[in-house]
Amino acid sequence: MKAVGLQLALPSAIVAVVLSAGSVSATESSAVSKREVDAKISYCQDCHGPQGQGYRGFYPIPRLAGQQPQYIENQLRAFVERRRPNPIMSNVAHVLRPGLMAALAAKFHSFNPRPLGGAPPGLAAKGENIFLNGVPEANVAACAACHGPEATGVGEIPRLAGQLYPYIVRELTYWSKERGQIPSKPDTSVIMAPVAHSLSRPQIEAVAAYLSTLRK
Amino acid sequence: MKNVCSILAILALAAAAAWSSAGRAESLAIRNCTWCHGTSAEGYTPAPRLAGQRASYIENQLVNFRAHTRDNPLSKLYMWGAAANLSRQHIRDLAAYFSAISPRAADDGDRELAATGRTIYQEGLPNSNIVACVACHGPEAQGVRQIPRLGGLAYSYLTRRLEQWAEGYHAAAGPPMPGIAAKLSRHQIEALASYLSFIK
Repeated sequence: MKAVGLQLALPSAIVAVVLSAGSVSATESSAVSKREVDAKISYCQDCHGPQGQGYRGFYPIPRLAGQQPQYIENQLRAFVERRRPNPIMSNVAHVLRPGLMAALAAKFHSFNPRPLGGAPPGLAAKGENIFLNGVPEANVAACAACHGPEATGVGEIPRLAGQLYPYIVRELTYWSKERGQIPSKPDTSVIMAPVAHSLSRPQIEAVAAYLSTLRK
Repeated sequence: MKNVCSILAILALAAAAAWSSAGRAESLAIRNCTWCHGTSAEGYTPAPRLAGQRASYIENQLVNFRAHTRDNPLSKLYMWGAAANLSRQHIRDLAAYFSAISPRAADDGDRELAATGRTIYQEGLPNSNIVACVACHGPEAQGVRQIPRLGGLAYSYLTRRLEQWAEGYHAAAGPPMPGIAAKLSRHQIEALASYLSFIK
């Protein structure tokens, strides 16, 4: 009986150890104090704006407000994995623990400030047409088909509404130099590559101008 | 006599034209600026270098001195008065004039701190939640639009300006600078100011 008891006790002890070890490592990776989260949010806000509205620095710093959390998290991982090499954001993302990424994504998703503005005037109507109907002769599908009729995005597909004009222009212009840079790790950015290539510079500017004014 | 009159009239017109361009330069009151900022506007402690500064930045500062927004002690003492009677056109002309002068680096920081300063400027300190200055001020600290050129400014000016954000003084710029600078330690400020002072 004693032996049987030991036999029973041993596996359950092992299970208990394994379980507790699992839960310890889980808390280590995900438990982030509120203070740590708040400090990191304030750090993001230093560049991306108090409400995540974006900022025109030397480089355009994108709007994060209302952004899809899954998109934000995927981009942060892309910076870490160098799928999206960016000297500034790679440094930023490298020190983020998984629990932090989710908290930051949720916070910036919750903001809804007015768009920053600053696009050249007179382009929005042409941009709206491209966004809603695509450019059939260039084989470009309607942006709205994936990004939604109000450009709010879904899942890993980003919200574009209210995004900074110079940021959208830059991203579409350099898409294949900035995104999906690890061929062995293809990501959703591959979907955009042919679209970005097919749009002319004036078309890119028109779409960017239209999106930069969109509110929701 | 009639000919003499018209010659005189032409001369008077020519003189008036010459006078107005000289008068325009005079109206810029450049000499009033260079008493403190140095004869070639390269800065003279504690007045910062204006040479090569972004025109929009200079305009924005002068507007804010005039409005008493930028309120640190030396601004109050010197610049509030200096900017008090400047018209919008004066401000634009002064900004255009000084921004066009080529800047020289102050070269007066601590060389041993420059490497640390470079890291903070170019990469930030992500673990300490300190952002990389390069995102807004540019890879050569050249600034853009209303964002100032920092490269080559004097060590003492840079350290004071960075300290003042956390001391509660107001400046032309709102967010993000007050929050960013308030997170910097004294040592980090000295390192940044050193690095920047050497940038050509």
